[in-house]
Amino acid sequence: MSRKNKEQIRLMEVCGTHTMAIARSGIKKALPKNIELISGPGCPVCVTPQKGIDKAIKIASIKNVIMTTFGDMMRVPGTNNSLHSLKGEGKDVRVIYSCLDALNIAKDNPDKKVVFMGVGFETTSPTVAAAVLEAERERLKNFSVLSNFKAIFPALEAIAGSRHLKIDGFICPGHVSVITGSNPYKKIAKYYKKPCVIAGFEPDDILKGIRRLIMKLRKDEYDVEIEYERAVQTEGNPTALRVLDTVFRPVDSIWRGLGLIQKSGLKLRKRYKVFDAEEKFKVKVPESYPLKGCICAKILTGEKLPADCKLFKKVCSPESPIGPCMVSSEGTCAAYYRYEG
Amino acid sequence: MCLAVPARIKSIHKDRAIVDFGGIKKEISLGILQGVKKGDYVLIHAGFAITKMKRHKAKDVLKALTELKNVAKE
Repeated sequence: MSRKNKEQIRLMEVCGTHTMAIARSGIKKALPKNIELISGPGCPVCVTPQKGIDKAIKIASIKNVIMTTFGDMMRVPGTNNSLHSLKGEGKDVRVIYSCLDALNIAKDNPDKKVVFMGVGFETTSPTVAAAVLEAERERLKNFSVLSNFKAIFPALEAIAGSRHLKIDGFICPGHVSVITGSNPYKKIAKYYKKPCVIAGFEPDDILKGIRRLIMKLRKDEYDVEIEYERAVQTEGNPTALRVLDTVFRPVDSIWRGLGLIQKSGLKLRKRYKVFDAEEKFKVKVPESYPLKGCICAKILTGEKLPADCKLFKKVCSPESPIGPCMVSSEGTCAAYYRYEG
Repeated sequence: MCLAVPARIKSIHKDRAIVDFGGIKKEISLGILQGVKKGDYVLIHAGFAITKMKRHKAKDVLKALTELKNVAKE
């Protein structure tokens, strides 16, 4: 049934970078009241389960290990501490900009074991796959990857198929789509009847994306459109996809907020076992429990807003974050804290 | 996390390139992008070129970066 002008429309912006851009530009406040923007699970730091962080902390505590990761991961609380607090205790934990930096650290420290704790979606995972291929070529056996990479499409399907969440359409991530192209969204658009528009990160890109989605809903057009034409092509980046598939294979994976999703995680293939930190260190960590009072899991699926959380702005702030949605600069709670008053 | 910034390819050596982000030079990898040549505009994420960009659109962003740099100097 086509949408009438005043009917409530719920659109999900999947990507954390979009969440931040929307909050910063005040788009939400400028929209008519019947158009609701819901933040999705596209913040890699936020969806990494606590167990993944505990594992990184345990490996970083091993003698002669240099742990490297992206800056956003440092302050995410594990069960007892964070990588940041471990650094304070004198362990060698380093923030890097690119996985190539970890390769260079491995070259410069042949007597140390250099681990890259990787999080991210399809934008980032091919860069790490390429670094693994380079490590293989250069026989850098003191380099390994602790993979917490995730594939966004199985999660999108879980959300699209949820009767509970009632999302009408998706503002799709621009830079994930640079790699994947627009074809993987077709199932979500056609089977689940949720139109998809791939948008850029400028406020006018996002507004155009919202407009296109509303038009599609009015006309019952359940398809995929690329608004971010200056960077995204239908077929994506075939070289990046090939490199990704060479190094990683899909495995079932747990998402904070969404639970276990089949084939939504990435593990290094057997051939690259020597670069897999899971295989190299074989650390075991106990099951973790949700942080007391933190409703991050529900915020990640758009079920609740930060203001619904008893901890928000009281004990949980960017200076002293309790949950990952506040730790990550792209987390929904961090975006609301800074820009939504 | 999925931030990416446009840059112009200044020189290429095997699978590495030196790029110019509006005045700031940096070495990046071409390990996941084929068919790039000197002078092309590319989008950089985590030290890797991930796609070629349309020249006039990339120029807009680089111009803004240069303006920002000039304002910061003042």
